[in-house]
Amino acid sequence: MANEFLVFDHVTKRFGALTAVDDVSLQVKKGEFFSLLGPSGCGKTTLLRMLGGFERPDSGRIYLDGKDITDLAPNQRRVHTVFQNYALFPTMTIWDNIAFSLKLAKRPKDEIEDRVDEILKMIQMSEHAWKYPNQLSGGQKQRVAIARALVDRPSVLLLDEPLAALDLKLRQHMLLELDTIHDQVGITFLYVTHDQGEAMSLSDRIAVINRGKVEQLDIPAKIYEAPSTRFVASFIGDTNFFSGEIVSTQGDYCTIEGEGFPAICAYNDKQLKVGQKVDLSVRPEKIRVTLQPPPPEKGASINVYPSIVQDIVYQGVYTKYWIKSGELRIAALKPHSRFLLDQEPITWNDSVFIWWHPDDGYMVEAK
Amino acid sequence: MSAAAKSRRGEWLITAPSFLWLALFFAVPAVIVLAFTFHGRDASGGVGEWSLSTWRELVDPDYPTIVWNTLRISFEVTLWSIVLAVPCAYAIARMGSRWRAIVAGSIMLPFWTSFVVRVFAWKTMLHPDGWLQSCYLGWLTARDCMFGWLPAFAQKALLSVGLASAGPVDPATSTILDSETAVVLVSVYTFLPFAIMPIYAAAEKFDFSLLEAARDLGAKNFYAFRKIFIPGIRQGLVSAVLMVFIPAIGSYVIPQMLGGTNCVLIGNKIFMRAIQNRNIPHASALATLMAISVLIPLGLSMWWKKRQDIRDRRRLEEQTARLMTSALEGGVQ
Repeated sequence: MANEFLVFDHVTKRFGALTAVDDVSLQVKKGEFFSLLGPSGCGKTTLLRMLGGFERPDSGRIYLDGKDITDLAPNQRRVHTVFQNYALFPTMTIWDNIAFSLKLAKRPKDEIEDRVDEILKMIQMSEHAWKYPNQLSGGQKQRVAIARALVDRPSVLLLDEPLAALDLKLRQHMLLELDTIHDQVGITFLYVTHDQGEAMSLSDRIAVINRGKVEQLDIPAKIYEAPSTRFVASFIGDTNFFSGEIVSTQGDYCTIEGEGFPAICAYNDKQLKVGQKVDLSVRPEKIRVTLQPPPPEKGASINVYPSIVQDIVYQGVYTKYWIKSGELRIAALKPHSRFLLDQEPITWNDSVFIWWHPDDGYMVEAK
Repeated sequence: MSAAAKSRRGEWLITAPSFLWLALFFAVPAVIVLAFTFHGRDASGGVGEWSLSTWRELVDPDYPTIVWNTLRISFEVTLWSIVLAVPCAYAIARMGSRWRAIVAGSIMLPFWTSFVVRVFAWKTMLHPDGWLQSCYLGWLTARDCMFGWLPAFAQKALLSVGLASAGPVDPATSTILDSETAVVLVSVYTFLPFAIMPIYAAAEKFDFSLLEAARDLGAKNFYAFRKIFIPGIRQGLVSAVLMVFIPAIGSYVIPQMLGGTNCVLIGNKIFMRAIQNRNIPHASALATLMAISVLIPLGLSMWWKKRQDIRDRRRLEEQTARLMTSALEGGVQ
């Protein structure tokens, strides 16, 4: 167990009748950017607080760099947190805020000055060093909070929804900055968020958490393309679900039949048997919407269904179509580009064809 | 009328009543009291002709000691009140809202009884036959039994820290009543709610996640409390100090009833001169003297703080300049 850098070993935490964290085991590699992703109340923050030392698990152990840290107080762990509300000390200057942990560690004065100056330079806040936190903007506070937690080089940096309080533009900017900082310092980052976009763009690996349990732990692309449960598929991005049963298999492919929809051909990567109940997830951007049926050279095996357009939502980057097909309402995305302009525009109540390749659907076993 | 002028008039209308109140019941009386000090007394106990005789009479060898004692005891009372109030306010601020209401309510509860009655209750408790006095004597006896077998040098050490008595316990001399201790004790009891409330108000607004952040960065509990919580409630502390120190300086009921002849404060003297001796100008002069002895140190400390602030700002400017130069040099490399 102890050969990984950071280990949660069968950790459980209950608050009264609620099991916030339910027998979670995780391993994080040294230097990794690791995200805990899940809806609010899923237990991800509790996991983080247990690692920070603010909550004690009811059972299970936490190891850091081979040492059992489960029972250590927060001040005895080489783990620092960037809090969601930044928690900068309002009575201290930015400089003193950042120097706090170094002064506590009784570092020599010269070293403190050098390191604080250096990190101020890194976050480009040198000219604000003698201001107080309430004189800074949200993004600046955020950078100071990160600098304060990084300055004495902890083993792990915990980030608790650090961008939640920023507006969209600033959030995107800070995402890049976080990534750069992670590359510069080489410290293990544990990032908690409910925003799949943030987790996707930053993480080496993501643990998707739901109801106190890890639903899936993998690299971002795998989480998106090959979700292991219905929850992961629906939480990460948009998707269409088709529920049904496998009625026949043909080599690597199978045919699914369900209520309110014709048979669908899907890639059967798990080699599921006939009779298995499954949920098939097809992402909206994988579905094509056309007025004409697809040309025959696209192959005979693709799924094609004549349908009716119900709603059209223009979203800038693409247009989202809500399409009535069988008894289902299906979402499909279509990007805008000059190349698509020669096609006849699709409008409300048009009869259209929706089609996708069997490889673009992903099956999970239904519970 | 322009909008700005209108809003200025609005401000005036809102603040005028309190200005008027302060002027009528604070500024004017203060001036009257000051004016009285430049009068003599007349034969019937009223205010007499303009004269400097009152200020000449004030040269009494007792007064410097009394002023000093008043300041010292007020300081002690303030210190103890704050020391007790801070943990109390911290605890209340961290309670759930239900307990908070109950505890805050019970702190205010004594105010429903008359102040004089409460001081009188203390008098009976501290009376030689009172239960508090008996407990105290019991403690003194137990203490001597506990440490009595120790060698002489250890006894001396205990004596120096107040943990032993010089001789056998004598109930006649070991009374709390009619001593400075009684005055300090009951003053702290009386003023404690006035210290707790402003500190609690500040603590309630304090963001306790800051303490978590401090612990997270390596601070022990007490260090976080001292370096983050205490500066965070500074405003409340300042109000608490004023709320306790100012009434403590003027208090006369408590020393009158519990201090006996061993603890006469300036309030008692003013009372004595004004009511018993019917010498209003003299009492006014004493009050003025007391006010001056508080205002002078206060003014000095404010002047010193202002100077300190200017010096701090200059230092910060220099440091920023240093940082900026080093940042620029870093950029060139």
